Amino acid sequence: MTREQYVKPTTDEPPGRRDLRPGADSCYKCSTCDVHCPVAEVDGDFPGPKFQGPEQWRLRRKEGSLIDPSISACSNCMRCDAACPAEVPLSQQHNTARAAYVDESVPRWSRTYWRNKLLANYGRLARFGALTPRLSNLLMSNRALRWGLARLLGITEQRSFPRFTPQTFRSWWQERGGAAIEHPEKRIAYFHGDYANYNTPAVGKALVRVFEHYGYEVAVPEQRCSGTPMFANGMLADAARAAQVNVESFSELVEAGYDVICSCTSCSMALRQEYPELFGLDGIETLADHTYEAMEYLRIHEDLQADLSEARHDRASLAYHAPCHARNQGLAGQPIELFAAVEGIDVTDVGESCSGISGTYGWKTERYDTSMAIGEEMFEEMEAAPGETGLTECPTCAMQMEHGTGYPVRHPLELVADALLDDSA
Amino acid sequence: MMSVEDEVIVIGAGIAGRMAALAAARRGASVRVISHKESTLAHASGLIDILGYHEDDPVSSPYATIKKLPPGHPYSHVGSDGVRTAMDCFDRVTTSYCGGHTDSNALVPTIGGRLKPTARYPESVAPGLASRPVDTLLIGFETMPDFHAPATALTLERIGVPFDVRGETIRFPVELRPDAGRTRLARALATDEPVDGGGCRSALAARIAPVLGDAGRVGLPAVLGDGTTDGIRESLADHLGVAVFEIPTGPPSLLGHRLKAELTDALQAAAVRIETGNPVVGHNATDNRIDAVLVQRSGDAVPYAADRFVLATGGLVGRGLRADRTTVTEPIFNCHISHPSDRYDWSEPEAFGDHHFARFGVRIDEFFRPLEDSGAPTFRNLHAAGAVLGGADPAAEKSASGISIATGYHAGRVAAEGAT
Ligand SMILES: Cc1cc2nc3c(=O)[nH]c(=O)nc-3n(C[C@H](O)[C@H](O)[C@H](O)COP(=O)(O)OP(=O)(O)OC[C@H]3O[C@@H](n4cnc5c(N)ncnc54)[C@H](O)[C@@H]3O)c2cc1C
Repeated sequence: MTREQYVKPTTDEPPGRRDLRPGADSCYKCSTCDVHCPVAEVDGDFPGPKFQGPEQWRLRRKEGSLIDPSISACSNCMRCDAACPAEVPLSQQHNTARAAYVDESVPRWSRTYWRNKLLANYGRLARFGALTPRLSNLLMSNRALRWGLARLLGITEQRSFPRFTPQTFRSWWQERGGAAIEHPEKRIAYFHGDYANYNTPAVGKALVRVFEHYGYEVAVPEQRCSGTPMFANGMLADAARAAQVNVESFSELVEAGYDVICSCTSCSMALRQEYPELFGLDGIETLADHTYEAMEYLRIHEDLQADLSEARHDRASLAYHAPCHARNQGLAGQPIELFAAVEGIDVTDVGESCSGISGTYGWKTERYDTSMAIGEEMFEEMEAAPGETGLTECPTCAMQMEHGTGYPVRHPLELVADALLDDSA
Repeated sequence: MMSVEDEVIVIGAGIAGRMAALAAARRGASVRVISHKESTLAHASGLIDILGYHEDDPVSSPYATIKKLPPGHPYSHVGSDGVRTAMDCFDRVTTSYCGGHTDSNALVPTIGGRLKPTARYPESVAPGLASRPVDTLLIGFETMPDFHAPATALTLERIGVPFDVRGETIRFPVELRPDAGRTRLARALATDEPVDGGGCRSALAARIAPVLGDAGRVGLPAVLGDGTTDGIRESLADHLGVAVFEIPTGPPSLLGHRLKAELTDALQAAAVRIETGNPVVGHNATDNRIDAVLVQRSGDAVPYAADRFVLATGGLVGRGLRADRTTVTEPIFNCHISHPSDRYDWSEPEAFGDHHFARFGVRIDEFFRPLEDSGAPTFRNLHAAGAVLGGADPAAEKSASGISIATGYHAGRVAAEGAT
């Protein structure tokens, strides 16, 4: 079944009167999703993904019925999607239910609304923050300000904000004069997202260096946040605006023969799955069909595995956590397999547990404890694994890993770059 | 192009695919498992049935009865000794299963108040076997409406179990919503969550103690922990002074979930790679040999090459078979599935009738290779196992996991022998 069929109505009735949707109807209530839901496991008040998806959808058929508030306790980890044997598009149903809930039940003047709006639009803030990184970092670690944010908005004081980089990835890219390599066919457009741009440009630089090493022409087009934090906060209109910019900007390149590459597995998840599930924009399916995670792409089109098995790296032991969104894209075992071959690198898989932070979720005061309870298993496994460094593709999982263990956390692309390339430019 | 190349690729990570991968890896093959979604292990009771019923009668010796099954039944390609070899492997790779000491079926009480003839059961279920004449107390929870302990006890009494049995419904000691998930209860017990100054386990025991009476054992629905149950059962038993056991539940099933985790550990130990998240959507073949299967990744169908392939994608529930209003198909290799042309002949009017659809599936030869309508193998290097096979009605016979383990093991073995 293709993505399209999930959302296509099975009747010819006009949209308002359709009462069958293959997604909701293909749920036969086996509850496998509930068993895999990390929130339901620690939060006795959370009714689980089956309720949030097909059941809320059905209850909504009755006129005047409202979405149950428990939808906002869903963290959008999307594990239910991977669990469902019947291909029910659970996360799509959760995203739409959450948006409906925010529309109908979260007042625009409420603290929750503004807090969520702020968190969801992190990228917009980061743009200002990055203009004066030192001042921003100073401010963000200011005790009084943190106290204020916690009291006023409900952003937990327990975590430290990610630091802004002195130079953003885009400004580095401009300074170096853009692509160093031209190629008529091997062309990729890099979707860096906000985090690699404002906070971890080393990841973006590693991506550029690795792809140029393989002879690819890299483009870094105009872009906005992928929308992931907006879906997760029920801000679908914001997400639609961001998606429009991204789809327009990247579609042009896709038509010119570029494939779209992400370094963050939640960004690639958004472009591949959430965009076509949620928005009807021109070119959105084609964009999804051309979007890949960086190492996945190199494994398909180059012999990354073989090249790495001849590579060498300074001795390093790392504990790898596969982000839930990476798992759903079939990427969970990738770094383990890739680095098993590299001399010097020793990577331990910390298992199937969820990190618990789920983007903005773990930043909310009222979700902090849930987030940490979910993360407990991962922290324990990390501590049991050899070495004191973490490894993951997802920037917020990385925050959680660092927060729970104190370990520094690296991105697999940085290791690939270190192993494959001698220069450390 | 894709650098991935293995000796054996198994499609599907259910119990059949996992056993196939283990059997192949134990013969030295490099093995990769590709699975789209979670398997039916999270639905399954966690009991391993080889053969529970034959011609509507309960079976006490499954190995002896297998010999009476008709040709074309999946067991007929394995034989009684073949099933035994496969079960030996299952017993070696799992750590918490009992029943291997005997050829006879055990009788396990279910949450519906039946006695299920089964071949293997988790050790947490063992103290509850009906063959042990020990007076029994069943405990249900208010927040778990699908298990009504008093009704279950009454049903067991009516079928004449050789012991007294009572059922009580109590409140779980942790504050929970009325339909809280099973994993929530399991987690509370696993972490011995604090309640009222003590731990959740002792608080639970304290609620059971006043209704214990003369019972010599206590049965709870299978929510005693999200991993292995030992610590929890033992601490409850210590508090109560009697044995404590788990009763297998319907879906979602934590016993099935734990079995999955055990098999995952075994696969990891055998260096099998598991890749989940993307479906296999097709194949490349030359003549009647498969070169690669195609895995959907964005708009690409990425070839994964191997010498041999095992199809273990499950039946109609696991999505290895697809049915629409006119046909039943096996979507990856388009293997032949025989079925009546009129859809109304697929099922019988009675819910538990002798449905044709229950027997839908791929037919195989002695090398577990799917067969065309003509009787010729579809591909030389394709083997099939588990619920994707036709010719049996596992739900009626109570033979599902046994068929999956036996055919999975031998399909994996044949694949590895052919590949090396
Ligand atoms: C409700 C229930 C209760 C049960 N109770 C018992 C019991 O008490 N005792 C007993 O012995 N057995 C029981 N079983 C049966 C048993 O657990 C298994 O369902 C059965 O043995 C089939 O296993 P399988 O491995 O063949 O298939 P499945 O478990 O269905 O696994 C198939 C796998 O293949 C994957 N797949 C399908 N198509 C593709 C594709 N195109 N590409 C990649 N991957 C694909 C699926 O995602 C899935 O992971 C029960 C089953 C159910 C559903």
